[in-house]
Amino acid sequence: MVDAAVFKSEVKPDWCPGCGDFGVLTSLQKACADLNLEPKDIMVVSGIGCSSNLPGFFNSYGMHTLHGRSLGVAQGAKFGNHDMTVIAAGGDGDGYGIGVGHFIHAIRRNMDMTYIVMDNQIYGLTTGQASPTTERMTKTKSTPTGSLENSLNPIALALAGGCSFVARGFSGEPAHLAETFKKAIQHKGFALVDVFSPCVTYNKTNTYPYFKQRVYKMEDENHDTKNFEAAMKRAQEWGERIPIGVFFAQERPVYEDGETAMMNGPLAKQPFKPLDPSILLEFV
Amino acid sequence: MATAKRKTVSVWVGGAAGDGIASVGESLAKIFARNGLHVYAYNSYQSVIRGGHVWWQMRAGSEKVYTQPENCHLLIALNQDTIDQHALGVEKGGGVLFNSDKLQVRPEHLANGAQSMGLSMSKLAKLPIMQNTVATGAFMFLTGLPLESLEKALQERFGKKKPEVVQPNIDAARAGYEYAKQNWKSLGLNLELSNKQRLVMTGNQGIAVGALAANCKFFSAYPMTPASSIMHFLAPNGPKNGMVMKQCEDEIASMNMAVGAGQMGTRSMTATSGGGFSLMTEAVGLAGMLEVPVVVVNVQRGGPSTGLPTKTEQGDLFQVLGASQGEYPRIILAPQTIEDAFHVTTESFNLAERYQCPVLILSDLMLSEHTETVDKLDLNVRVDRGEVLTEWTDSSPYLRYKDVPSGISPRIYPGTRNVSYVSASDEHNERGEVISDVFTDPVMRKKMVEKRMRKMDGARKEIAKLFPVKLEGPADADVTLVGWGSNYNLLKALLRRLEEEGTKANILMIKVIAPFLSEEVGTILSKCKRPIMIENNFTSQMARLIRMETGYNIKDKILKYDGEPFPASLVYREIKGILAKKSGSAEAGEVVRVGAAV
Repeated sequence: MVDAAVFKSEVKPDWCPGCGDFGVLTSLQKACADLNLEPKDIMVVSGIGCSSNLPGFFNSYGMHTLHGRSLGVAQGAKFGNHDMTVIAAGGDGDGYGIGVGHFIHAIRRNMDMTYIVMDNQIYGLTTGQASPTTERMTKTKSTPTGSLENSLNPIALALAGGCSFVARGFSGEPAHLAETFKKAIQHKGFALVDVFSPCVTYNKTNTYPYFKQRVYKMEDENHDTKNFEAAMKRAQEWGERIPIGVFFAQERPVYEDGETAMMNGPLAKQPFKPLDPSILLEFV
Repeated sequence: MATAKRKTVSVWVGGAAGDGIASVGESLAKIFARNGLHVYAYNSYQSVIRGGHVWWQMRAGSEKVYTQPENCHLLIALNQDTIDQHALGVEKGGGVLFNSDKLQVRPEHLANGAQSMGLSMSKLAKLPIMQNTVATGAFMFLTGLPLESLEKALQERFGKKKPEVVQPNIDAARAGYEYAKQNWKSLGLNLELSNKQRLVMTGNQGIAVGALAANCKFFSAYPMTPASSIMHFLAPNGPKNGMVMKQCEDEIASMNMAVGAGQMGTRSMTATSGGGFSLMTEAVGLAGMLEVPVVVVNVQRGGPSTGLPTKTEQGDLFQVLGASQGEYPRIILAPQTIEDAFHVTTESFNLAERYQCPVLILSDLMLSEHTETVDKLDLNVRVDRGEVLTEWTDSSPYLRYKDVPSGISPRIYPGTRNVSYVSASDEHNERGEVISDVFTDPVMRKKMVEKRMRKMDGARKEIAKLFPVKLEGPADADVTLVGWGSNYNLLKALLRRLEEEGTKANILMIKVIAPFLSEEVGTILSKCKRPIMIENNFTSQMARLIRMETGYNIKDKILKYDGEPFPASLVYREIKGILAKKSGSAEAGEVVRVGAAV
């Protein structure tokens, strides 16, 4: 059994005390340990934002990339060496705002990887502007009279896009979150875990108590994760009761299984060979 | 036009988009090449799928040919528009070959002495689909090429996939040949044919084959003219040779994916044109900061914005030089010919891995899309994967960004035992740990900037040997033609013409754009009597770069930015005009902007 401590890096997280991202980090470390993964097996790729600093605090291979581009780089890393467990991580602004285009296409592509979105419904690192998941009429630094845009429902979006694994966690429920991460990593295909990860500094609405009072676990209510309609129905729930756990999971062929060049193992490990001269026959 | 003593043949093929002009042109180019001739062809086309006007301009000869022809011996017209627009460009004694069932050649089309050569396709072709083969048969007779070489080509083209259509096609070719023989005189070109077999390729194919030869295993791209044909070649050929060809949702994803794959130890590349490159630039800087080897191709077209999607220009030089915020080491190379595009591509992968940085290949539509014969490509290319450690047994932790004298910190690919590190987009220390936010550390920042930038010292030395700056032609020439990219061929044609008339001329090409070989270029230019910059943009970007890097101001410039390539005769006239003005005199040193008139 691998000790979760092996996934602790020497860098102390610089998140605000009480930040929801601490719970995400420890739950992810526990999940990887429970799955007997080793640091060398994992590539964690993040974008930019408070939550995107996670790779620095997680001992494994990692890349800290550009705002909104974690999925592009992470999928490239998976193409480069598909033996590795690839985990993309970032925030709601990073993934559902500037990077939402890549999100939809990563869903379509269905590579075997996990995407963790630390959703605090606010831009934290840039000191508190409205994000795509900020609820309508919320007052923020950029919306002093209240946000006029509807908030995005990432769960419904992922389901509608055909995501093969859609889940939600809450960093105030670390044991449940670790179990959800385990299922996501074990799922063969693109797995989304949207995590309520409260921003204790800039979001005074969607706080720990806010979620503690509202979240319930779908597994406690016999939710069928194979039932797409049921998943879509649960995805609409918001307000007094908010579901966490796995909404939907479906085994489907992953992209890399269909790629001829990847069938003999990771691209990075393929021996270099001189190009077959027959390729030039096309030019004669 | 070529001088009389040189035996060349010029052919134009014209029609609407969707008529398969490029395909006809390419098969004629291959027929020429099979008979030992050199070929150079440029296809002028439009950004439409059906309709519009497509115009294939090809020259072939027993000696090297460098440019598209400005007139032709034979015009193969697939629609009336082609006859109306181009019949007067047929030389005296030449011919207009057309389907006489549908099209008309009127006396005014023949005012310059061309012959009307109508083929009644309904009589000669059993099936409408074979019309092009009938025309090719007639073409073989008129140009004096052996019909057997066409028959062999048809056999090879259809033999495996559709053996049942081989004989009907051969019959169609023979019908066209015989009809021409009975009705018209051959053009009397007396081409010197041989068995020497050359490859018929485009610049983009040179780049694509180069990537495969270099063992590039990951290519990501978003469709964009004029870079898409790299994707089209690699889509079927990549997977057969161990490569993943990934079409992405946009250029941002293409570039970021290439960076991700590159980080893992997979040679990776992406290709686009200026607009797509704009979207890629942030991630080009990411590769610079993370020190990830990756090759990026920008095939320039007319800009700005959507600009001229199917037309050539060299307007992206400063864009590529200025790509991404901040300062980071990167290498920028501008290949000149198809063979060079292959060679530059293979070496780009070596340089990217050797110096752990992005290498940008700056091509242009003319280079990437024109068709030319290539003597040979040596697929056994040099491979340098740079400094890579395969294991780590030390008790101290591995430092991904170790501050070593060369600046090149040995890589360890992710997945290796006993190692872990993060490559960070924020400024980081040797271990890769972010120093930007809470722990901003000016000493470390300075050290890391210098470590990265120092890599270019080594790169500069290696590149100066790999791609030496040199004058082509006599050192004491009266005029030096300075250019870059596809204009090399144009300058070669001009050099030959100037030499033939007794003007001492030479050529200086700028292939290495970054790190700029300032000392080498400056030294050469300081000894040149009369340099003239020739490039396809409005502001003479290369002349300005040369001045910035060397202090040398090239005063005489011939510039063109109307989308079409330089006609050699026009540039020749302008050179003569410039030379007529005494160097250093008040009227000298002007900027000549040439091209289509209003």
